[in-house]
Parts: sequence; C-alpha cells; structure tokens
Amino acid sequence: MSTSTIKTVRVDYFALLKEQRGLASESLQTECSTVLELYEELQKRYGFSLRHTSIAVALNDEFADWSRVLCESDKIVFIPPVAGG
Amino acid sequence: MRKRQDRFYSPGRRRIGDLMFSLSNTPIDTDALKRLVNTPEAGAYVAFEGRVRENNEGKKVTALEYEAYEELAVKEGKKILQEARKLDILKAHCVHRTGPLKIGELAVIVVVSSAHRKEAFQACEFIINEIKKRVPIWKRESYADGSTAWVNCAHGHDAEHAHGREERGQLKTTECGHDHIAKGARS
Repeated sequence: MSTSTIKTVRVDYFALLKEQRGLASESLQTECSTVLELYEELQKRYGFSLRHTSIAVALNDEFADWSRVLCESDKIVFIPPVAGG
Repeated sequence: MRKRQDRFYSPGRRRIGDLMFSLSNTPIDTDALKRLVNTPEAGAYVAFEGRVRENNEGKKVTALEYEAYEELAVKEGKKILQEARKLDILKAHCVHRTGPLKIGELAVIVVVSSAHRKEAFQACEFIINEIKKRVPIWKRESYADGSTAWVNCAHGHDAEHAHGREERGQLKTTECGHDHIAKGARS
C-alpha cells in the first residue's frame, strides 16, 4: 500500500453485487489506495463471486481504470457484466 | 453513394432534443417516440423494439426485472447516440425500461430517422448493439423452476465483461418491411 491515509468513500452496488452485499449503498473508511485494492478487499470481506477482470468500475459516475487512486468522498460503483436490451 | 451532407453536421443546426436517451419505469409510449423523430427531411424511419422473451437458454422465463445505474446509464446512452451521428442520421431516440416486466412487454426501443433508409438501418443496429455492450443495465430473470439469475453474471465468473443476449427483435421501416434482427450483439 503506497499510502496509509484513511479515506471515507461511498460504494454503490447493483445487480449480483447488491445481492451478495445485501445492500445498495454504503459509506466506508478505507486505507486502500486504488479502486482495484478496494474491490479486492471488499471481495474478500463479502465473498463476491465476480473477479475484477469480469467487471468494470466507475469513479464519480464515469468509467475508470482499476489503477485510479481513491480520494476522500469518492463515489465508487462496481459494474457487473451488463445485460440491457 | 451520395456525399456526406455537411449541413447535418453544423453545430448550429442540430437542435437539442434530436438525440435522446432515457430510462423509464413505466410502459413506453412508442407512438410519442415515433412522432418525436419525425421531420420533413426524413425519408426513412427505422425502429427496433426489444421485447421480453418467454425463454432464455432453454429455461422458461416467468418474470423479469431490469436494474440500471441511472447516472452512468444515461451518460453512456447519450454518448452512443452521439456516436451514431457519424452515420448521417437526422434524429435518434432510445428509451430503456427499468423495474419488473412481463413476458411480451417492450423492454427497449430505438427509433431513428434519416434522409434515406440505409443510414437509419445502420444507426439503429449500431445503437442497440452498443447499448447491450456498454450501458450499465442489468437483467434478473425468474424461471418456471423457481430459480432466478442475473443474466451474464451467473456462470463463467472469469468471463470477460459479457455482452447482452439477443431479445426477440422487431425492426420496422416505412420504406422496407424486412425483419432485421440486430446481429453481432452476442459475445
């Protein structure tokens, strides 16, 4: 971990991830530095079945790279495989 | 081949409202949408209607629910319509349903108008294919055997970001009555 600064971020869940987490949104404190670290930590904690390679991520309502660094008050949404249409 | 008509690309000319993507948790008014893409310059009108099919991969579907990440879905949907402008269309609108839907109900509609039919067909197919691939909307199916599944999430956890499956499709045009079901959306 490159920094150990504690940040408060908001995470929203949809579809399968919402079902596996048991809620739609939460505010949490984390020392993770990137969105990837955060997903892997949450995956371990809540047993998410989807690997990060099968999903996408949005940071503050824009698609983002997994390497993006987390900042205070960021909104993160993990995006399971889509099925619209 | 006719030349690209640059007058359709001048930023001053295109009005806000020529491209519209939205989500709806109530039944879609298809007639109103068709009127919205009407314009005297349009010689062609093409619509794709995706409906809830009663089976998926051999299982009998009894109910279905769409969930959307609204902020990003609307942004990405608008981006797709913007991209479709390169196909020389006049107007394009798309509405996608959210919430619980019944078998046979309209799940998504794409309507496009253009001077000639080729561009409207191409744009309509492009738009529905990209929506299935990119827009953060999810589908939860309930089956006759009592089980449920989030489509594309249930199996193959290692699968690359999966594309949507084909809905039973209908494509209509004022110039041609062929049934063109969108191709290429299946991953």
